[in-house]
Amino acid sequence: MTREELTAFVLEQVPDMKAGTNKQFPECIVNAEQINPLAKALKENAITKMDYLFCETAADRKDGFHMVYHLTSSVHKHNLMLKVILTDKVNPSIPTVSDVWHAAEFYEREIFDLFGIRFENHPNLKRIFLEDDWIGYPLRKDYKDDFILER
Amino acid sequence: MYDFSPFIDSINSFFTSNFSPFWASVLLMLLLGVAILAFYAVLGLYLVYAERKICARMQNRIGPNRVGPLGLFQTIADLIKLLLKELIYIRNADGFLFNIAPFIVIVASIMAIGSIPFAKGLQAIDLNIGVLYILAISSMGVIGVLIAGWASNSKYSVIGAMRSGAQVISYELSVGLSLLCMIVFAGSMQLSDIITSQQDGWWLFKGHIPAFIAFVIYLIAGTAETNRGPFDLAEAESELTAGFHTEYSGIKFAFFFLAEYMNMFIIAAVATTIFLGGWLPFHIYNFTAFNTVMDYIPPVFWFFGKTAFIIYVMMWFKWTFPRLRIDQLLALEWKYLLPINLLNLVLISFLTLMKWHF
Amino acid sequence: MEETLVDIDFKEKEEYIINMGPQHPSTHGVLRFETCLQGEKVKYIIPHCGYIHRGIEKMSESLTYPQLLHLTDRMDYLSAHINNEAVALCVENAMEVEVSDRVKYIRTILAELSRIASHQLWWSAFGMDLGALTTFFYGLRDREKILDIFEETTGSRLIQSFITPGGLMADIHPNFQRRVKEFITYFRKKLPEYDQLLTGNVIFRERTMGIGYMSKEDAIDFAVTGPSGRGSGFQCDVRKIAPYSAYPFVQFNEITYTEGDTYHRYLVRMKEMWESLNILEQLVDNIPQGEIMLNLKAIKAPKGEYYQRVETARGELGVYIVSDGAPSPARIKYRSPNFSNLFIINKISANHKIADLVAISGSLDLVIPDIDR
Repeated sequence: MTREELTAFVLEQVPDMKAGTNKQFPECIVNAEQINPLAKALKENAITKMDYLFCETAADRKDGFHMVYHLTSSVHKHNLMLKVILTDKVNPSIPTVSDVWHAAEFYEREIFDLFGIRFENHPNLKRIFLEDDWIGYPLRKDYKDDFILER
Repeated sequence: MYDFSPFIDSINSFFTSNFSPFWASVLLMLLLGVAILAFYAVLGLYLVYAERKICARMQNRIGPNRVGPLGLFQTIADLIKLLLKELIYIRNADGFLFNIAPFIVIVASIMAIGSIPFAKGLQAIDLNIGVLYILAISSMGVIGVLIAGWASNSKYSVIGAMRSGAQVISYELSVGLSLLCMIVFAGSMQLSDIITSQQDGWWLFKGHIPAFIAFVIYLIAGTAETNRGPFDLAEAESELTAGFHTEYSGIKFAFFFLAEYMNMFIIAAVATTIFLGGWLPFHIYNFTAFNTVMDYIPPVFWFFGKTAFIIYVMMWFKWTFPRLRIDQLLALEWKYLLPINLLNLVLISFLTLMKWHF
Repeated sequence: MEETLVDIDFKEKEEYIINMGPQHPSTHGVLRFETCLQGEKVKYIIPHCGYIHRGIEKMSESLTYPQLLHLTDRMDYLSAHINNEAVALCVENAMEVEVSDRVKYIRTILAELSRIASHQLWWSAFGMDLGALTTFFYGLRDREKILDIFEETTGSRLIQSFITPGGLMADIHPNFQRRVKEFITYFRKKLPEYDQLLTGNVIFRERTMGIGYMSKEDAIDFAVTGPSGRGSGFQCDVRKIAPYSAYPFVQFNEITYTEGDTYHRYLVRMKEMWESLNILEQLVDNIPQGEIMLNLKAIKAPKGEYYQRVETARGELGVYIVSDGAPSPARIKYRSPNFSNLFIINKISANHKIADLVAISGSLDLVIPDIDR
């Protein structure tokens, strides 16, 4: 499917989707509660068949946490980028997509570990790299601890 | 022509004539013990050295070459290091059993050495059930391994020890049966008798194909009994770190280590004695000139040469084959080696009955 | 602080739990498998990572692009060139510049050489995992030849930081082409030795065939890429899907098998070494003339988000850069192949023997610093 067709497909599923500006992948900005049904639709629909989530990550930006999903299809070889902007910067939370792609379970644990974004309905949400008693979420821009070197 | 019995007898008569019978036997035992211990230590160390050199050759390396010429004293230096190392006491380990286990292993292998004939007359005890004695004693070592694994209070050790137990119990059958095949040929369990019966040819050649089958099975099962690769499941380095001796350190570890090499020597020595004619020289039928030349080589050289060859083959196995899995290991014994062996025994009994062997 | 989980599980469920790692010969690094056993059989595995988490992503946020490049070597240290290339390509894409063909060719040759070196080390260690101790020295003997080539051109052997945004640190050594060609003929002779020593061995086949079956669906679902995924029939070679550098100019095959067991994951890597030799042969004689380093005033990505995928020796490495237009990224994410490849281990090694767990984790070819970053 081409860029336009993919964006149109997402628009069909989520009418209030906003198109992003990314040149590389077709980018769709959706709301947090829409991500799980949209993911299911993208994966299960024969014309999209987005069965391979190759990257899921977050970024701490001025307008909130950006959750970014890079999808591709192993059959049709087309790519799609989904973005969710979480405006709550203290206790962000988003539904999990680990029931759609198994790989997401571990990407989400990593994001929870480093950004503190809670994933609703995640089967095993706990820290993956840091110790369980670590205070704070290091990849947030406002993270401070005694060992950080300021430049 | 190289008969050691007058020499042994003279030592014997020296003690019996100068001391009371009780003290004579005590002193003789002491002398024998010291001799065997010294032999054991030196041989063990040089087997370790040989293994390191051989495996180095197989792996495009040089091997030990720093301590002494060609690294000959490397293993002695290693032993001194192990002697000086701290013995780590494991918390919650069963102290008594933990300490006694390495001794059981090493004593079993020392005792087995006692009945091996190195040359004519050069044998500490010539029991009339020599083969049975060696089988019984050498399988005692596994008790030490089991105790070591259990008493270490380590999970890796227990798994290693259990594997070792299952393995030795299974392969003991094959070792016993393949030796039994040859006992049927020789008609005696006394090691010196078995050698005498090979005066006109080694059993490996005299016994047709069944003897060869028995020999191969004996080598496989013997390697498995000594817990060496590809059957080193008890210490499976990549799975169980070091298996049953994970928690041992210093000289106690060295005991396990030495015992492994000496068990290999015992297995090879028994194979030499029973299949390859022990200390008898290699003869070709009716080729008198050749045979006379061979006779001039002392029997001790023959014995150690043949043993070294078998040890080399066992090392060759270890350094080229991957390790088996526990279920494959047991399947190999119970599904293949044991039935073949039983069939082989029937065949050999039949051959002996019909006097079809040479 | 909780009590240690292991003790609680042990007491309550009466399970026999052993730890494979963090200090254990089979995990090749500081990774811990909490393994629950029933006799010799593995019931389940919980992988614990993070023992070598260095916060490379956090560190990179305060470094400029040429500086943070040096951290990427330390992730998957066996594919250092390829990691450098990923960052370099991503920054070049962002700046909308294109390097000369000479740079592309040299980058690809270096990447393929490091792929071979990495597979050699994997082959050596895989043999060790299965108890065949001689493989280690065979593999390292030949890997040394590649490291010598690297040393001559880049100045270091393991982590080179040679490929930078805008080109290369330096031109290749005059001997480079000759030595690469020598290596190709040398290694073509040595590769059959590998097969003789291990591939054809009956014990090896028994130990690996039918062990650790991973279906294609599972591979895609768990995002298992690289040779591990291709062993299950998942066509995930980024060199084919989204060709970069000099890969559009060369002919090569993507090796896939549909069986998905340990043996076929092994075969994929063995065949890939042959393919890499083919790629090298096509490139090494045809390196065109050109600029080694673009004349860039300042290396900074314009505002926006950029993603670059490359194929390392272990799978797909993605670099995701979020930039505000500053000399350092606002967020850089490495989608490391090993992180995704690791977590399928529970699924594919359950109900196998403990010795199979070692074989399976060896066949996934995990490099732990890349998991933890």
